[in-house]
Amino acid sequence: MSTSRRDFLRSSAAAAAAASLLTADRAQAAALEARQPLWSGDSDHRELAMRAIDAARAAGASYADCRISSARSQNIGTRERRVTNIGDNETFGFGVRVMVEGTWGFAASSELSADEVARVARQAVAQARANRRAMVKPLELAPIHHPPVPNGQWRSPARIDPFSVAIEDKVAYLMDANAAALAAGARFVNSQMFFLKDEKTFASTEGTVTQQTIFRAQPGMTVTMVSADNRDFQTRQSTDIQPKGLGYEHVLDSNMKAHAARWVEEARQKLSAKPVEVGRYDLILHPTHLWLTIHEAIAHPTELDRAYGFEANYAGTSFLAPPEQFLGKFRYGPDFMNVVADRSAPGSLSACGWDDEGVAPESFHIIKNGIFVDYQTTREQAMWLDWWYKSQNMPTRSHGCSYAQTWADVQFQRMPNVNLMPGERDLVWEDLIAATENGIAIVGDGSFSIDQQRYNAQFGGQLFYEVKNGKITGMLKDVAYQIRTPEFWNAMDMIGGQRSYELGGAFGDGKGQPSQSNAVSHGCPPTRHKQVNVINTGRQA
Amino acid sequence: MSSRSLRAVARHLSRAEAEAICKRVLEFSTADECRVTINSGVRANTRFAVNQISTAGDNYNAAVSIRAVFGKKVANVTVNRLDEAALRDAVQNAERIAKLAPDDPELLPELGPQTYQDAVVWNDATASLEPDARADAVRQITERARAAGLVSTGYLEAQAQAFAIANSKGLFAYQRSTGVAFTTTVRTEDGQGSGWAGASDNDFTRIDPRQLAERAIEKARRSVNAAAIEPGRYTVVLEPTAAANLIQLIGGALNARNADEGRSFFSKAGGGNKIGEKVVDERVTLYSNPLDPRVPANTVNGDGSPVGATTWIENGVVKNLAYDRFWAQRTGKQQSSTGGTLAMNGGNETVESMIASTQRGLLVTRFWYIRGVDPRTILFTGLTRDGTFLIENGRVTRPVKNLRYNESPIFMLNNLLAMGRPERVSASESGGPGQAIMIPAMKVRDFNFTSTSDAI
Repeated sequence: MSTSRRDFLRSSAAAAAAASLLTADRAQAAALEARQPLWSGDSDHRELAMRAIDAARAAGASYADCRISSARSQNIGTRERRVTNIGDNETFGFGVRVMVEGTWGFAASSELSADEVARVARQAVAQARANRRAMVKPLELAPIHHPPVPNGQWRSPARIDPFSVAIEDKVAYLMDANAAALAAGARFVNSQMFFLKDEKTFASTEGTVTQQTIFRAQPGMTVTMVSADNRDFQTRQSTDIQPKGLGYEHVLDSNMKAHAARWVEEARQKLSAKPVEVGRYDLILHPTHLWLTIHEAIAHPTELDRAYGFEANYAGTSFLAPPEQFLGKFRYGPDFMNVVADRSAPGSLSACGWDDEGVAPESFHIIKNGIFVDYQTTREQAMWLDWWYKSQNMPTRSHGCSYAQTWADVQFQRMPNVNLMPGERDLVWEDLIAATENGIAIVGDGSFSIDQQRYNAQFGGQLFYEVKNGKITGMLKDVAYQIRTPEFWNAMDMIGGQRSYELGGAFGDGKGQPSQSNAVSHGCPPTRHKQVNVINTGRQA
Repeated sequence: MSSRSLRAVARHLSRAEAEAICKRVLEFSTADECRVTINSGVRANTRFAVNQISTAGDNYNAAVSIRAVFGKKVANVTVNRLDEAALRDAVQNAERIAKLAPDDPELLPELGPQTYQDAVVWNDATASLEPDARADAVRQITERARAAGLVSTGYLEAQAQAFAIANSKGLFAYQRSTGVAFTTTVRTEDGQGSGWAGASDNDFTRIDPRQLAERAIEKARRSVNAAAIEPGRYTVVLEPTAAANLIQLIGGALNARNADEGRSFFSKAGGGNKIGEKVVDERVTLYSNPLDPRVPANTVNGDGSPVGATTWIENGVVKNLAYDRFWAQRTGKQQSSTGGTLAMNGGNETVESMIASTQRGLLVTRFWYIRGVDPRTILFTGLTRDGTFLIENGRVTRPVKNLRYNESPIFMLNNLLAMGRPERVSASESGGPGQAIMIPAMKVRDFNFTSTSDAI
């Protein structure tokens, strides 16, 4: 990391140049994502991982895997003209998962030494043996669909390692953006940037050894306006900038300074916006908003562990259960609705070379022409759908949906990027508005809540526009819409084309016990949904 | 110190180990001021689904945070490698970053040595909960559920942690804490009924797995064939967990600075905050006390300041808001924080007596997916879950489908009809120990449900 002003200027220039390259050449970014040796890794890690799985095997494990991870994160927070936080965190450790006579065991430690990896491996075996007391049915793993990868390497398509950029540079960026917001009249402005670099080694008893370097970046700003009488305040969050699986170039591309005045003006307009009248409206949903609805009402209910009740005590089950009543039979939405899971889009948050079971992820349809056709699976879960895959002449294999948030957590089923594919017609946001007589157009994600089987949901947003006779006629406030999932998607009657497709996403999607976070993107175009129930959330204290 | 790790085989750092690391870090420091905080310990868990253990594990971690200050410049670095080289690197990294930071005009000098009350938050039984004991506790639920022809799912997590803080002005504190939560959701095999029970404590021996099993099994059986009812305003009897799910949201809104700045429910029209104003029913008193043995917590804050008891709302009137050191000095107030606990006084009613006095209403077990809608009123949305029942003419008559609400704990506490005795509950949505919270069951009128859900 540079420490001098000269170095700072040099790194800024390099960053800008690299970022422009990224913008100019997406194909090059995609090429970077290919499995090529970009991180030399640490040969000691490979050796220690092998020692862990050998120790597990010697203690009686029929299968074992070990993940060693060194994750560095950095968070810079500001408000108005001051820095509120500069934090730089590193966490390092390893986790060993074992299978003993059909039960799982897991243990982890932050002390990476030859003795400790062996001890932890034996402890994981002891955990598995203890768990046998409550075993009913032994688990099985589906085979992986590719030969073991003995020396796999993958790296996020990041052009600029955020940790190579001077703190001064980052602070200056946020301060410039804050100054622009204050100059535009913001009463309060908070801005921040967060970065993650996770370097992890995976090894299993099946001969797979992979090393991956994953980058994620999230810049953001919130402006607040307060009414003159102190009775009202409204905020605008920069949800048009979404988190990405990229490096510092994502911050530079976001150019918060250039957008700050607009966000201030939009927050100001919210103070005087017209309260929405409750009723049913045609909703036009921008990709910066719709990604979250997809996340809650499509991506989560199509997780197979939910369908089988494994999340019943926390994240919930799914209305798509039991699978035999829904697979290939359930109409999720109109014929033009196609939902595809993938981890291939450059810069998407869940992109990776292999999941945390050493499975190379594959793209697959979850909804095809409006019909629900598949769940997200891990190796253990794929076996549960053996009957379905056989009936479809498909191999029974994991879709590569295993992930653990850190070395200290056991891996389990987490969603890949789940995307609503664009329509065939070249429609954009403005086309959907022009085609609407009486509706509300919603931009940006806001509050969100959905029941434990993913039927009933309520969503807010950042900006709400009244649409009359094909035109935006003003801004509304206190808007939230409530849906029942199947009706909502079947009420979708317009969808944008490829040109209007964007990636949104979440850094901290929670699930599992202990609760773990997963980062995931959702690509989508804008959509229109007929006659959705809208409520007014404004009340007097 | 040798290059060998300071961590012993123990599952958290001892006082001597923590003190040695702090001392070493402070020796490495060249900053004007330096603060070291260490969080170490183990999180052990057993998870079960479909009447068998699905995953279990434990992890040990020890993270050292170093805060370096030069003049008005400050930065924080956290590492979990404890060898000398890693600690030295971390100190140097913190100092390098701090020097690059702009001046923080709100930065206050580090505190000198402080006096802390002895925390009462450690429990040996919780700290020594090993895999076999956890599996045995889980079996007390899974076997009962299986014998009843039902399907149990759940989670047991025990934490044993040590916190240490030291700085270059001679402050040092070390405290240990334990926490445990055990929750279960029992469903009927056909998925038509679901019941939940849970408990959280610092002492595992105060949690009875059999009682949890029986409560969840009974709820699951009783919730089958739920009928849909119209959304609207209902009188509700909230079991302690459901009440706590919502009351704890007030804790997050108590920030004094936000209130003074005009962006909080606690902001006063025209300027200032609502301290001294009556905001809820006069029977309500809300407080934090880390020395309350029912909801204990550490008595030292993250910045090294002592945490004492604070009353937030007394007899319905805002008594205090949470002031950090800076805002307390700026406004001439006392520093205060919840310290990770929240408790509310109660009444003498029982859930049964509140049901008996209800002509028509709903009995709620717990709430789910609670998310903020409007901070101006602390308005939240969410749903009932795992046991929602209709009350008619003083008795529970039938299960009803779950409902979505749009409601504020402030509105709720203005519509308070009756309260039970406060209980320590598991109010964390994720089922972990969460913050220590003790809230009574309560009966509330005009609770605002806005739609129904088909979810079971």
